[in-house]
This record gives sequence, structure tokens and C-alpha cells, in this order.
Amino acid sequence: MSLEIRTLSEIMNPPQTADSPLSTQEYFVNMGPQHPATHGVLRLVLKMDGETIREVIPVLGYIHRSIEKMAEYLHGRQIVHLTDRMDYLSALANNWAVSRAVETAMGVQTNPRIETIRTLICELQRVQSHQLWWGVLGLDLGALTSFFYGFRDREEITDILEETTGARLTMNYIQPGGLMFDLHPNFVPRVKAFIKYFRPKLDEYETLLSENVILQERLRNVGVLSAEDAIGYGATGPVLRASGIPLDLRKQQPYGVYDQVEFSVPVGTVGDCWDRYWIRIEEMRQSLGIIEQLIDNIPDGKFMEMKPAAKLKLPAGSFYLQIETARGSLGVFLQGTGEDIPHRCHFRSPNFNNLWSVTKTAVGGKIADLVAIVSTLDLVIPDVDR
Amino acid sequence: MTDAELFAKLQEVDARVVQLPNCRPLAVEVPVGFLLAFMGKLKSRPDLRFIQLLDHLAMDWPEKNEFELVYQLYSIEHDLLLAVHTRISRESPYALTMSRLWPIAQYQEREVFDLFGILYEGHPDLRRLFLEDDWVGFPLRKDYKDYFMLEMPE
Amino acid sequence: MQIWSPLYRPSIWSFRTSIGNREVGMDMWQVTTLAARIQESLLNQDFVRAGIFLGGGLAATVAAVSLLGLVLVYAERKVAAHFQCRLGPMRVGWHGVLQPIADGIKLFLKEDIIPTEADRLLFVLAPFFCILGMFLAILVLPVSPEIQIIDLDMGVIFLAAVSGFGVFGVLLGGWSSNNKWSMLGAMRAAAQIVSYEVSLTLALLVVVMFSGSLKMSEIIQSQAAGWWIWRAHGVGLVAFLVYVIASVAELNRAPFDLSEGESELTGGFHTEYSGLRFGLFFLAEFINMVLASAFAATFFLGGWMPFHLGDWQAFNAVMDRIPPLLWFVGKTSFMVFLFMWFRWTFPRLRVDQLMALEWKFLLPVSLVNLLVGAAVVLSGFYFFS
Repeated sequence: MSLEIRTLSEIMNPPQTADSPLSTQEYFVNMGPQHPATHGVLRLVLKMDGETIREVIPVLGYIHRSIEKMAEYLHGRQIVHLTDRMDYLSALANNWAVSRAVETAMGVQTNPRIETIRTLICELQRVQSHQLWWGVLGLDLGALTSFFYGFRDREEITDILEETTGARLTMNYIQPGGLMFDLHPNFVPRVKAFIKYFRPKLDEYETLLSENVILQERLRNVGVLSAEDAIGYGATGPVLRASGIPLDLRKQQPYGVYDQVEFSVPVGTVGDCWDRYWIRIEEMRQSLGIIEQLIDNIPDGKFMEMKPAAKLKLPAGSFYLQIETARGSLGVFLQGTGEDIPHRCHFRSPNFNNLWSVTKTAVGGKIADLVAIVSTLDLVIPDVDR
Repeated sequence: MTDAELFAKLQEVDARVVQLPNCRPLAVEVPVGFLLAFMGKLKSRPDLRFIQLLDHLAMDWPEKNEFELVYQLYSIEHDLLLAVHTRISRESPYALTMSRLWPIAQYQEREVFDLFGILYEGHPDLRRLFLEDDWVGFPLRKDYKDYFMLEMPE
Repeated sequence: MQIWSPLYRPSIWSFRTSIGNREVGMDMWQVTTLAARIQESLLNQDFVRAGIFLGGGLAATVAAVSLLGLVLVYAERKVAAHFQCRLGPMRVGWHGVLQPIADGIKLFLKEDIIPTEADRLLFVLAPFFCILGMFLAILVLPVSPEIQIIDLDMGVIFLAAVSGFGVFGVLLGGWSSNNKWSMLGAMRAAAQIVSYEVSLTLALLVVVMFSGSLKMSEIIQSQAAGWWIWRAHGVGLVAFLVYVIASVAELNRAPFDLSEGESELTGGFHTEYSGLRFGLFFLAEFINMVLASAFAATFFLGGWMPFHLGDWQAFNAVMDRIPPLLWFVGKTSFMVFLFMWFRWTFPRLRVDQLMALEWKFLLPVSLVNLLVGAAVVLSGFYFFS
């Protein structure tokens, strides 16, 4: 048995045929790795016919840092520090996913205070992530101003989280068995002030971009992803929900204290960019609602259930746990062998799986459509490559 | 549905499945020869409907001289999670592609091919994913050595 | 001065009033141009004077363009900043007023890179085509009754002819860069400018019809009783809107900046340009924006003509106290601000939507508008007529 392994250069340089001088030619163009619209070092090789896209070939690996290989040499508490660097806009959710996997494997129970604080800050970060996405979406579609509005409001949350976690991006806050530190005393009043501040701003977002005719023209019926394709291409999170599947792990398999709060899951109908757009705007509202419900009811208790020096011995067996980050479901696979370092640690990154629907939805569209599609998929490239 | 009920259902599908101990979610092992047919049934049976392939990964067991492939499946309809494991030999790491059942499988398999060197027969576009086309070796194998890798201090 | 026009109403135009020895009314606007002055000097065989006018005019134009470029860079950065809840340049000089000079020095000192595979000659020439188109349009620009370079009899036709000139620069720049993104940008720019030229010219035609002249000074003087934007039962307003949309598209500014489209084409036709050559493209864009604003003011907002209301003589007399240059600068600045406002508010259109907007919306609207305008002209019924 043998398989033919192709290379990218073979695809991009097909054998030349002797054409007549008047024949038109499809050509390849590289979108990325350095391109303003790909939010990082994503490279999309486009096969173009004039302005129309005929084929999209994503090329990955420009920010591959072999996190999974590194994780095979680290124990559970150390792996958490790597996860901040994957999806840096949902650093806390990534921490939580690994912590949950380790806790489940070791059978550690956490107290309600820990779970409430985890839920709270993850929802804050979901709002923060969506704010950044909203700003960058405007930037991609040519409206630079929304970028600054998004960042202005994002800064408020970053400041709040910085006070508690000590970092602005890679927070390292949630640990197996609890939290790194207790909440900062300013946290509760500042979050309340933020909710009061941000609700009108969210309406301002709607007037600035959502109600704009050009934006609606750019997003409606662009990049339509049917429910069947969304499932087949492994999409999760807002991308899947936009296609009409009401799948939200916070409702479906509640973790943290999501079973104790009221919130609704917005679901789209068409699966186009516009559905993905308004679902994220609506999710911000829902997240603010969750934070409002929790912020006054943080129970008392310890913030760490395990001794910091305790060795985390993973029992033999495989464990796969998921968490709903701002971009979809992040799965953590741990294979324990009874040692404190896992035999294999694998991350099912939501971005990696959301990305591939581009190869279907962007075909037949224009470059500008591809920009809108990539933007509404809300990709974070370090999470794609890991 | 509890794990026991789900496992009973899986045994109806194929009697050769074996439950793996101490796993979450339920993990079953299937011989590689029956894998594709088994997966097809998992996807199409109305009481299972595992229509989403969440994840696909491989593990290297050099001492047992085999690779372990893991498929994480999710049934949206019935809210079920299932991990399907299978083992293949390290000398001839061939497996069948699942890309006809789930389109995402072809990309997840490309990742596994890139990092483990597992060859998927029938794969439409088997290429390196993260690494360069001319990269030598498969980094996530346990015996992978590279000149810049550091020894971990004891 | 006798102009043929159905609009010509001696009873309006010849009204006179006297405010402290100043005569107000149409006859007071004695239009002189640089070309006329040079011609007069030559006829008097006063070659020194002609030379002074020629050299002075040339130097003044170049100086004005450069200064305007600096002012606009600063203005755009400040306007953008305040739209975006930030302060913009604040460090260089008072409130950052010297920032554009620092930017200019930076651009001058940057390495001038020409890609190896580029067509060197065309690559070098392309920015100058943009600049050339810009300077040609300045020729017929009436800044005030005394400041204009040449008042051609067919000024509007000349303007329509040279306003598409910049596209040569864009097209050559994109093509000679030998870069697929640049090429796409250049192609988009060519398609876009050629398309929007149609509506732009049709909008100007409405004004030409109203004023019965192709000459800039006469178009302005025909607005002595009121500006065309509101004098002709909405026809002027529609033509103005069409003109504004089409000229934004002609300028390649957001929301029609598809040929640059930084988030799609990584800079479009000027992707490969750096340093001074990039600066020239930049300058041409900014000055073209001023020119589009200035001509919008000229055709629809009365140019340097003060704000007059029919024969309300006292009101008009007060308005005439404000010098024409100030009126012109004010109107142009307002239009420039409008263009900046567009740029920092709207998302970008897609390339097929852009074409649909022109051929399926703007063109029918401006054709119908032209017909309605013709009816208005034939009936001779205007506000304040």
C-alpha cells in the first residue's frame, strides 16, 4: 500500500498547458500570512477567476508552537499556563477547560464560590471577546471607527480583570482545584458600574453598525452555511447557532453555575454572516444578564480546594471535557497513566474546526465576501495552530 | 441516557465493542477493520445519530508498538458524547478516512497525519497541515528527536 | 455682460443698492483671472509683469497645494480621531499642528523601493499622472472673483475631461507594480471611475442647463439670487446628492475605497509604493478631495458667491460684507468635512454592489433628474425668480 502525498507548491503550480493567447486563466493569490483581514498569520491560498473565488486552501502553521508536545512534559497545573496562549481572547475559559479536565480526572470537587467566580469572569471575558470581534468586524468591512469604540469598552473589562488576575491578556487565573487569588475588593462595584456603562453603549453599537444599510448589504445572504454543513464541518458556538442549531454547552451540559442562571440562547435562521453578527451582539446582552444575576450572589468560601504543592496524579484513563468559549466548544483531552504528567494532551480548538467551513462558503463569492466570512467566523489564529 | 444504556445500545450495533475503563465520557474500543462500518451506523441510526465529529486525535504507545486513534462523537439530537478508540500497528500506520461521513474529518486527519504520520486511505487531500511539506519526521511521536529539542532535567 | 439663459431676468440681476459706496449686485463681481492678467500684460508688451504673474501664479499654486496637503493630513487625522473618541496627534507642536511636517520628513527620508519585477518606467511615472490630473483640474477652479487661473468658456467640459485623468496613474501604478493585489486594485479603480464619471457628468449637466453656461464664473454668477441646491424644486438637491456620491467614488475614498481596500487588497494599487512616491499618491488623493469639494461648492453652493435670498436687498447686502474668499473656503471646508465624515462612518461596499449602485440606481436617478430639470428650465419657474 502506498499513498501519494502532495505538496502545496504542486497545487499552486499546476502543469502548464498550451493555451491560445486569448484564453483566460485562473490564478492563485496568497491572502496572508501577512494580510490585514486575516487577524493574524492565517494564510488563505485563493484560486481566483477575476474577482470571483473558485477555491480556498487554508494553509496553517505560521504560529504553531507545539503546545500539545510541550504539554506531554508538564503536569496539570503547568499546562494551564500554556492554554492562555492559544485563544488569547478567551484565556480564562481555556484555563477553566484544562482545570475541569484535571479536576474530573482526579475527582476533585470545588465549592460554589469558585464556580460562581469562574462563571462570572468567563462571562466578562465573553463580552470582552465579542467587543473586540465587533470592532474588528467594522475594521474588516472598512469602517475603522467601530474598532476604536470596541477597544474603548474592552479596556474597561481589561482593567477590571487586571485588578483581580494581575494580567491583561494571558491571565492564568483559573487553576485545577480553584483560583489563583481571591477576588479583588473592587471587583463587584466595578463590574456593576461597567454594566451600567455598557448597556447604552451596546445600543450605540447597534446604531453605528447594525442599522447601517451598507453593513447589512455586506452581511446578508453572504457566506450562507446550512445547518447540515455546519455540523459536518464541525462548527460550534455562534457559527453553529447562526445556522439554526440551538446548541450551547452552557445550556446543554451545564457546568459552573450556568444551571442556576436565566439566559436565552439566540439562534439564527439563515446561517449567513448577518445571523452570526446579531447572535454575537445578542450574546453580549445575555452575558451582561448572567453577570447581573451572579454579581450580588457570590457565596463565601475558600478560593482554592487543593494544596498548591500537591502533586496532580492523573489516573489511567482518557478524559474529554468541553467548555463553551466565546468562539465555540473547547475540548480538552487528557490521557492519564497514573503519572503526574499526561501521556497525551490534546485540545479541540473551536477555531480550528470553525475555520474549514470557509472552503465551502467562500467559493463563488468575491474577495470582500471572504473578508466578511472570515471576520464573522471570529477566528483567533494562535488557537487554530496551537 | 446513562453510560450503561448507551453501551448496551452500542453492543446492539456491533457486538465486538469493548468498553474502556475509567474514561469520561464513555469510551469504547473497536477493531480497526470494522471501524468505518461501525461509525456509519453510529451516524445513521435514529436512536444514536452521532452526527457531529467533535475531534479526532492519535496517541503513541511505543512500548505496545501501536497507535491509538480516538474519535470524539456528539449526538446533538440525544445529547450524547462518545469516544471511539481503535488501535493500529506502529509499523504500518494505515487507517481508513472518515471524511465521507464527516467533512471535518479530512482536516482533523490531516493534523494527525502531520504530527503522527498516520496514513489515511481514501483521503481526498492528504498533506502536511502545520509543518512544512519537506519536514522530516512526525513530532508528536514519542520517539521523535530533533537537534533543537532539550532534554528535560530530572 | 449678456448671458443667454432662460433664467436671465434683468429685473433680478440688475438690482443695485449702495452700502457705503460699495455697489452690491451682480455687476460688482468683476471677475479677473491670472490668464487674463498675463494676456493683458503681453498686449501692453510688459513682459516683466507677465513673467511675474506667470512665475508667481505657478509658485503660488504649488505652494498652496503643498500647504493644503499638510493642512488636510492634519485635519483628517484630527477629524478621524475625534470621531473615534481619541485625540489624534498631540505631541509635535501645539495640539500636534506640526505633525504633518514630521510625517512629510519621514516620507522624504524613507527608502525608495522599486520591486525587482516591476516595470520601472511606469512605476516611477504613475504618481505623476495622479498629480498631473490634479493640477489640470486646478486650472479652472474659481477660488474668488480675483483668484482663478483661467476661466475657460468650456470650463465644465474641461473639468469632466481631466477629472478622470487620475485613473491613469492608479491603473499604471497598479499594473507596473507586478503584484496581483495591486492589479486587482487598479482594475477596480478603472471600472469604478469610468462608471461613476457618467453620473457625475450628468449631475453637472443639470447645473449647466440651469445656468445656461459652461463657464465657471458665469455658473457662479447665475447663483446670485440663490444657490442651485435649493432653488430648483429639489432638482438641484438631487443633482447635488448624486454629485457627492459619485465624487466620493471618483476620489476612491471610503465607503468607495475599493481600489485601496486595505482590509481586502492590502493597500490596492499603492501596495508596493513607499516613501515619496507613496506620498505623492497620498497628496493627490487629498487635493482631489479638496477639488471635488470646491467644485461641489461652485456648482451647487454658489462658489464664492455669498448667500443671497432673491431680492432681499438688506439681507444680501449684509452677506456681501463677508469676502468671497471666505465664503468659498467655508463651503469647501464644509464639503471636505462631509467627505471625512463619510469615510469614518461607513463600511465599504462590495465591488458588485458598487457597480449596481451606479448603473441600477444613480444613473436612472440622474437621467430622470435631468428630464425634470429640463422641464423646470423650460417653464422658467424657480424660487426667487
